[in-house]
Amino acid sequence: MEKTYAEINAKIKAGQAVVVTAEELIALVEEKGLSRAAREVDVVTTGTFAPMCSSGAFLNFGHSAPRMRMQKVWLNGVPAYAGIAAVDAYIGATEVPEDDPLNNNFPGEFRYGGGHVIQDLVAGKAVRLKATSYGTHCYPRKELETTITINDINEAFLFNPRNCYQNYNCAVNTSNQTIYTYMGMLKPRLGNAHYSTSGQLSPLLKDPHFMTIGQGTRIFLGGGAGYVAWHGTQHFPSIQKDEDDNNLGPAGGTLALIGNLKEMSPKWLVGTSYIGYGATLSVGVGIPIPILNEEIALYAAARDEDLYTQVVDYSDGYPKRIPGNLGMVSYAQLKSGKIMINEREIPTAPLSSYPKAREIAGILKEWITEGKFLLTEPVQKLPSPVDGISGKALQVDDRC
Amino acid sequence: MSPKKIVLRFGPDISDMPIIYRLVKDYNLMVNIVKANVNPQKEGTMVLELTGEEYDQGLDYLRNAGVSVQALTQEIVRDEEKCTMCGACTAICPTGALHIERPLMEVHFNLDNCVVCQLCVKACPMRAMEVRL
Repeated sequence: MEKTYAEINAKIKAGQAVVVTAEELIALVEEKGLSRAAREVDVVTTGTFAPMCSSGAFLNFGHSAPRMRMQKVWLNGVPAYAGIAAVDAYIGATEVPEDDPLNNNFPGEFRYGGGHVIQDLVAGKAVRLKATSYGTHCYPRKELETTITINDINEAFLFNPRNCYQNYNCAVNTSNQTIYTYMGMLKPRLGNAHYSTSGQLSPLLKDPHFMTIGQGTRIFLGGGAGYVAWHGTQHFPSIQKDEDDNNLGPAGGTLALIGNLKEMSPKWLVGTSYIGYGATLSVGVGIPIPILNEEIALYAAARDEDLYTQVVDYSDGYPKRIPGNLGMVSYAQLKSGKIMINEREIPTAPLSSYPKAREIAGILKEWITEGKFLLTEPVQKLPSPVDGISGKALQVDDRC
Repeated sequence: MSPKKIVLRFGPDISDMPIIYRLVKDYNLMVNIVKANVNPQKEGTMVLELTGEEYDQGLDYLRNAGVSVQALTQEIVRDEEKCTMCGACTAICPTGALHIERPLMEVHFNLDNCVVCQLCVKACPMRAMEVRL
């Protein structure tokens, strides 16, 4: 059995495609077996909603009279990068105002940052724009302050260099004091364990070999349609194995995503603050997986009990970049509310919203079922585990 | 004098001390335990109604024993619009007032179990938890 993108799109246009969420596929495979489920289903939808720090938006404000080559730009007091052409800027999710107390009064609150600016823009709220420059013959203006909304400016597109992590560490703290991390507040002496994927609903956990998710794949991004632009930064996909060579599911892949911010929604792009760590943006992403063959269906039907992550100590091993972990746990164990580490029962909590992930998979299913969203065949495949890419470490000058 | 409601929080090191017994015996206080979540070797919380002439001395005793004491004049509210049900608060909340309902993994807030420790206000990444006076 092999299907093509064209055949599936023809069925979508005719309103005859069979579309199920990744959760529904799991139930279907249990009920009817893999072969039958793979034959019957055309598309599986996935979803995730979690903080994704490597996110931001390119904006073009339009030209003032007289013109200005904006050299420095602030949006609601948050600096945006303007080291590109005149009146273009990039607002990054983790940027914070220059007068933010940061962690000086520890732990800092980071109440408003670039992620919040993006949410305010998407919500159509008025945002204060301030810019300064040095003045040239063609761009004489040296400063301006005004108010904009997303509808007043030319372009606004999200471009997120590293989103949709395939898998992520489960974070714990073995020290004697509370620590504040991008994995949330971690209580001392293994007081809690935080994880951050939607497990069996998560896009890249369902396509471990990047058989269908590639450059140009059309996706749900922030409530609108977006695309996979490239592999993400730090894209080091691999298949995790235990000492007996059992498959523990994939890890390490990431995606660079792009989409029109003007078509997105503040419900799916939410400014987020991690106490003692920083500001960021929670992003909703959903990716359709065409069931072209049985192998693709097999991976898409992976359950929480088949997918594992490593438990990492964020008080010592992680900050010092010491390899190793405190064990592997499945998403079924993590979602049960407790895991065992060092023979102790540790309460678990997610940072990634499973109810929102399910909602996204459901919305994408609806779009496809109603014929509003067609699938795209990747124009180029992304590196996969077989390529064996691994991360490079940064060597630091000892004198510093 | 009408009884005052207070919230006590204590670390795992003192969870096995006979604190209430001392309040009654040494300070002649009338104690009504409104809520208690105390387990050996774990952080504990308790909401008490306390009356008696040696009220202030009783509170001093508690503080000297390492118990954090707070008046219960506030409550925590959840902004349902802002909450994304991520779950980041659920292993921080000491009483289980914020908890996950399985298998849907929805985050529920049971006000009756809340002791206004305010940890969720700090831990919530969406700033959806607020103190109301």
